[in-house]
Amino acid sequence: MTELLRPERPVGIVGYGAYIPRYRLPAREIARIWTEGKGGLPIREKAVPGPDEDTVTIATEAARNALARAQIDPADLRAVWVGSESHPYAVKPTGTIVAEALGATPYTQAGDWEFACKAGTEAMVAAFGLVGSRMADYALAIGADTAQGRPGDALEYTAAAGGAAFVVGPAENSLAVLEATLSFVTDTPDFWRRAHQHYPEHGVRFTGEPAYFHHIGNAARAFLEATGTTAADYAYAVFHQPNAKFPQRIAKSLGFTEEQTEVGLLSPVIGNTYSGAAIVGLTAILDVAQPGDRILVVSFGSGAGSDAMAFTVTEAILERRPLAPATQDYIRRRTEIDYATYTRWRGKLVLK
Amino acid sequence: MEISRHWRLRKQRYALEGEVCPHCGAKLFPPRDVCPHCGLEAKQTYTFVGTGTVVSWTTARQAPEAFAEQAPYVVALIQLDEGPKLTAQLTDLGDTEPYPGMPVEMVTRKLRSDREERGLILYGYKFRPVLERALAE
Ligand SMILES: [Zn+2]
Repeated sequence: MTELLRPERPVGIVGYGAYIPRYRLPAREIARIWTEGKGGLPIREKAVPGPDEDTVTIATEAARNALARAQIDPADLRAVWVGSESHPYAVKPTGTIVAEALGATPYTQAGDWEFACKAGTEAMVAAFGLVGSRMADYALAIGADTAQGRPGDALEYTAAAGGAAFVVGPAENSLAVLEATLSFVTDTPDFWRRAHQHYPEHGVRFTGEPAYFHHIGNAARAFLEATGTTAADYAYAVFHQPNAKFPQRIAKSLGFTEEQTEVGLLSPVIGNTYSGAAIVGLTAILDVAQPGDRILVVSFGSGAGSDAMAFTVTEAILERRPLAPATQDYIRRRTEIDYATYTRWRGKLVLK
Repeated sequence: MEISRHWRLRKQRYALEGEVCPHCGAKLFPPRDVCPHCGLEAKQTYTFVGTGTVVSWTTARQAPEAFAEQAPYVVALIQLDEGPKLTAQLTDLGDTEPYPGMPVEMVTRKLRSDREERGLILYGYKFRPVLERALAE
């Protein structure tokens, strides 16, 4: 008896892709408005979507990049699953719009997943199961968000936009083969948003120890123990990153060095992309990893829970990596905006 | 509300789906079923890659209600590398000024949404400056 989830047939990532919007709001600009520039800043700046972007458009571009690397016909996808806490419609799937834009319709599953910041890895685990059971050969799992914090709230500094997409398929066609996954979930009220509310609520001091560190730490430790591995077995590790400090602290406590984690730690320069946070980090790692490298990913979603998973990179990475933009290409493309522009674009102005 | 019209055009709008002429190989956008080059029937579906260059452009400052949220915006005539010309919004210009021959690529974006947030969100093609890539394809 083990807590590990392992598919019947070996599966992996056949193609991956990321998307990060062009615009950046520096944390010092938010501090200028709300705290007269005083106090510490959790990150340098966050990625902000343009006025014509939302979870559908972010998911679509990340998925196009994943398909370009996977080199498969979109019509061969049997699932297009989008994990997000900012689906544009309350009722009407994001997945159907994305599937249509990709050319994956009509013979496909197209559902939306929700679990705060771990909705993306939740969709990935489901895709591993769908392909691993031989129900399907290919499934697309996406995590994308356009997160918002209440103006002036601590979360406003970090709530960012971005996403990552993964074409899951048989191991023999994968650029990174899945070893196993493990999930650790409890009912913990650290962060929530009720229906019809624009902004989330959170239990300020409740978010760290009992929520983030408890779940991500237990998921990671149980995974390492069940797989008989230690931090030293991995070339890279990436953790959910709501700010810069939390992922650095958990990495250190698990025995990971800065060399193993710096490639995937993007929150200082793009913010917390919620459902995209850990897995956009994974795309940045896949952009530089070499065949044989092992990668550990541990997400965290409020409510609360964590998914741990590990991959081994294959030779296929070398020829597929250049087929779509690198995650750092999106990070380099950067236009700074001020708080007034941000306010207008994010619809925080009441016009009537 | 013209929901049925938007629904019919969705593939064309989301992914630049046009046609290719089986007789002379010309690519058609928007799809029109008859090839303007050789006059023969052309009904074969073709999805454009969507790279091209800006031919000319204009900036819309006074936008109709449905587009006010995104104003001011730039509408451009674009020469697709795959043949046809089309008119579309430019997006993600940042501090970049458009110029004749500027390389652009297709992205799918929100074309409009209503402030009341009750209606349909309309998605479709726009073009942005080509993303610079450190590692060339
Ligand atoms: Zn013809």
